[in-house]
Amino acid sequence: MEATIRLSRATAETVERAMGRIRLTSRRARNLAMPVTLGVLAALTLVTFTRMRMGEVDLVQASAQALSDFWAMMAEPALDPPLGAGHFTWETVGYSMLSTVAISVVCTMLSAVVSFPLALAASQNLSNPTASYIVKGFVAVIRAVPTILWVLVFTVAIGLGAEAAVLGISFHSIAYLTKSYSESFEEIDGGVIEALRASGASFWQVVFQAICPATVPQLLSWTFIRFEINFTNAVAVGAFAGAGGIGYQLFQAGSRYYNLHEVGVIVYACLLVTFLLEFVSVRLRRRYILEAR
Amino acid sequence: MSAGEASLTASAAYDPSWFRRRALRTAAAVAGLVAIFVIAAIICDFNIVYAIGSIPAAFSWLFVNFAPTAASLEQLPTILTETVSTALDSVAATVIAAIPGIALGVLGSRTVGVESAAVRGLIRGVASVVRNIPMIAWALLLLLSFKQNEFTGFLALFLTTVGQLLRFFLDTFDEISTGPIEALRSCGASYWQVVFQAGIPLASASLMSWMLYMVETNIRSATLIGLLTGTGIGFSFQIYYNSMRYDAAGLVVVVTVILVILIELISNHARRSMI
Repeated sequence: MEATIRLSRATAETVERAMGRIRLTSRRARNLAMPVTLGVLAALTLVTFTRMRMGEVDLVQASAQALSDFWAMMAEPALDPPLGAGHFTWETVGYSMLSTVAISVVCTMLSAVVSFPLALAASQNLSNPTASYIVKGFVAVIRAVPTILWVLVFTVAIGLGAEAAVLGISFHSIAYLTKSYSESFEEIDGGVIEALRASGASFWQVVFQAICPATVPQLLSWTFIRFEINFTNAVAVGAFAGAGGIGYQLFQAGSRYYNLHEVGVIVYACLLVTFLLEFVSVRLRRRYILEAR
Repeated sequence: MSAGEASLTASAAYDPSWFRRRALRTAAAVAGLVAIFVIAAIICDFNIVYAIGSIPAAFSWLFVNFAPTAASLEQLPTILTETVSTALDSVAATVIAAIPGIALGVLGSRTVGVESAAVRGLIRGVASVVRNIPMIAWALLLLLSFKQNEFTGFLALFLTTVGQLLRFFLDTFDEISTGPIEALRSCGASYWQVVFQAGIPLASASLMSWMLYMVETNIRSATLIGLLTGTGIGFSFQIYYNSMRYDAAGLVVVVTVILVILIELISNHARRSMI
């Protein structure tokens, strides 16, 4: 029994190395892995609740208030009195939203341009192993830093403004796109690349004649998915980056004016934009990513 | 792009019109994208020259000021405690969110979901709204009623996690193979027998994989929620940052990076051994 498992593990690793993706695990190890993982997660959850500081709040009363606040936000959105307080005009909301969308556009385009060469260097089938590991390791570290910390760090380093917000969001975005792009590149049939190389094509000819035509739809749809994430991030960091935008207005409405009806209007504006983006990206994903697999 | 264009002109002799059209299309697309970029940059007042030019100075400033010093190491125990509690909150939020996530994911899916398309649509709609309400709105809303404590941060994280996890779970249940489900139905299995004998077992590896992914992303989201609700590692960072103790803030970043990468390695290992 032990011998067959070791054999199948070795085979699995060979297959994995050959195919790059497929990985097989012996049934016994697999049957064990699921309950062990679940058990660890459940135990950690229990530990969390035993040591969590709940504060001095009456939970029932707080929940009731949270629900009524939620109702005020979602069912009675208003900017003007009596419910709203006239802190914001529709123009402010509209323009702030436009500027947040613009920040996400700038971030997405910048990071797509930077990620493309990085992804080429990270792909195992196009680059050498050392370069690939260096880029992948570098990207993993960048990705591990929360976006908001990047933004705050850039805010002190280069000053408040759109530049700090864009650079902060872009760092994370570049890490994500490099990983996604290089995965798309690595899925390309090795025969195509070899055929071009054998007929004397240079590296850039391989990239622009084989890699690009084969992966452009996937790259575009990854980019659009990231655009959606960048928009969410741009709203989230808006409160701290000092670049204005809808996130800043949301933060003002919620933590300075304490007016949930105004928060509601801004939330609906965000919902409208995210629904639009999600509608497009779900379609792109279905068409280009799921079908390509 | 120059090499591509060079090879285009080289082979243009074979069929000039086709290659010229392709080159024109590419040029038009690039010009269009550049125009969009310029318009967006003007709207949000973004100066690309200034941004790129300031990167080297920003990084050298960073490495000098954010480098943890001997003094900041005294803060290490506090930072570690806050980091661990943030990580635990992320795990707990994911696990608790997975319970309604799986239940609603089953009921709302096309493969093993309920008969009524209206109910499935409702589940998807609610998931979409919950997910897309900005994190700032959730955090500020809960802060008003639950005040500043760790539980508030946990609740905000839980609510954003439910929405996202439900999206992933619905996709997972939609994509499971219908063969085993049909086989069970045709030999007379009840609805719940189909769910527990075919639906969940077929999806379990994916569900676990999404949960592990969620734990990873939640640690990053927890930082932002911490900033808003005054809890966890985000709050520690903010205290150091606002009091200009950048060396300690840098230590927070270093500890977060190590923790996230550690969790990523562990969950990759767990994920691989489940497939």
